[in-house]
Amino acid sequence: MRNSAIEVSGLRKAFGDKIVLDGIDLDVQAGTIFSLLGPNGAGKTTTVNVLSTLMKADGGTVRVAGHDVATEAKAVRATIGVTGQFVALDELLTGQENLQLMVDLHRVGSAGRRVVTELLERFDLSESAQKPVSTYSGGMRRKLDLAMTLVGNPRIIFLDEPTTGLDPRSRRTMWDIVRELVADGVTIFLTTQYLEEADQLADRIAVLDQGRLVAQGTSAELKRQIPGGHVRLRFADLGELDAAARFFTGSTRDDESLTLRVPGDGGTNSLRALLNQLDEHAIQPEEFSVHTPDLDDVFLALTGRSSTEAMAK
Amino acid sequence: MSTTGSALGDSAIMLRRNFKHTVRNPVAVFNAVLFPVVIMVMFVYVLGDAFSVGVDYVDYATPGMILLAVCYGLGATATAVNSDMTKGVIKRFKVMDVSRGAVLTGHVVASMLNNLIAIAAIIGTAFLLGFRSSGSLLDWLSAIGLVVLLAFSIGWFTVALGLAAKTPETAGLGTVPLIMLPFFSSAIVPADKMGPGIRQFAEYQPFTPIIEALRGLLAGAPSAGDTIAAIAWCVGIGVLGYLWATSTFKKRA
Repeated sequence: MRNSAIEVSGLRKAFGDKIVLDGIDLDVQAGTIFSLLGPNGAGKTTTVNVLSTLMKADGGTVRVAGHDVATEAKAVRATIGVTGQFVALDELLTGQENLQLMVDLHRVGSAGRRVVTELLERFDLSESAQKPVSTYSGGMRRKLDLAMTLVGNPRIIFLDEPTTGLDPRSRRTMWDIVRELVADGVTIFLTTQYLEEADQLADRIAVLDQGRLVAQGTSAELKRQIPGGHVRLRFADLGELDAAARFFTGSTRDDESLTLRVPGDGGTNSLRALLNQLDEHAIQPEEFSVHTPDLDDVFLALTGRSSTEAMAK
Repeated sequence: MSTTGSALGDSAIMLRRNFKHTVRNPVAVFNAVLFPVVIMVMFVYVLGDAFSVGVDYVDYATPGMILLAVCYGLGATATAVNSDMTKGVIKRFKVMDVSRGAVLTGHVVASMLNNLIAIAAIIGTAFLLGFRSSGSLLDWLSAIGLVVLLAFSIGWFTVALGLAAKTPETAGLGTVPLIMLPFFSSAIVPADKMGPGIRQFAEYQPFTPIIEALRGLLAGAPSAGDTIAAIAWCVGIGVLGYLWATSTFKKRA
């Protein structure tokens, strides 16, 4: 049975004369991870703010858990949890007190103490539970922030760039927690700048650029639309670049940096074949590097601009 | 649970949060008590004999010092409100099914409690310095009621100041005029002994009738006119503060 947790159609939002969201349509199935992928300034946080009732839309309809965010904000708030890009903690309280505050506001009652202890253990924060949050590291704050969001068992959770600025180990922990949540039937709406993160976690990915969705689909569908990986060869002079470009049809050359981009899936077989070809024709590149597709490739393929250009705009 | 019931519950939870902040930072409370007490000792014990106001100076000065104690505590409230808005924790409350005004109510009540601690210290000091009241129990209860009303009204006004400020630092600074106002009222010396300009200002600013009303009540000779004017000013400041605070709160994400 199809069952939408989040339905968005024609969502528009502008700040003054700057259009931030220009007609967004989304449908997130309950119990799945949906990822909104895009560079800084694409409108990801604004989308989360509107969907989580923090901001009013200028146009379009948004239904979360079947409730209209504009007219039934209270009902929406009762079912969602939000972990923003910037942590929302009470710095003067301890980790335990922050969680206790959430437990009190959710009226968890007598089970509250147990909920707090369990969350502290689950997020590996028990040791620092009695210390003020102002002494926590960035990773610990993020973990506590998410733990606070989980109090009250929200069925739909918004995570706005939950791993930006985290070290690789904390990022893995975060990913594991997200997977556990979905296993329990929670719906996750995740924004990220990292293709890898969307690839690892999301059932469906939507690519946001300048307030418009430029692509939507599963990770596999999206990757089919982008050129995928390539091998980059750099040569000592133009003569060698010319020679190499003749042998590798389908490659793109850049005379300025003396490089040649040879498309390939990055697997060992295609790499071996490539190396053999180089050997056969006695071509010796100065530099050889393998590139797997990243957000930049997605952007280049979908918008004709790189994501850094999109950011600069 | 009824809406009012849950709003009250939310406010109580927020107040407990503010209370924990206070306990964690006792120096702020100490500071809010110490400064008014030092000012009081300065004016009454050191300079008091030089002022001729017709009665014992400590009896004259105590009501003004009570107001000074209220105002001096407000800086901490404005700073705390602004920190809440700028440090992000407010966003969490806003996306939760939590009563909208609970955070603000929590701050107002916490501010009142801090005020009452400072006022208790001032009254204690006043008695040590020889303060004598001819007020009846009813006069005292009225005086306490007026002070609580003032603390409540000016609390809302301060919350609005804190919300309107851009940073916690400017929020604290925004309450400085409130700390200065008692000096330009009949708190320290009667208004009619001041120079022209200042005198008119002192006569018509809100703190003068409030101080005069308190002075009347504590002396056991309440003046109906001053008391009504004081209550009107308090209600006015409270309504203005409340409306300003709630509209600013809505605008700020």
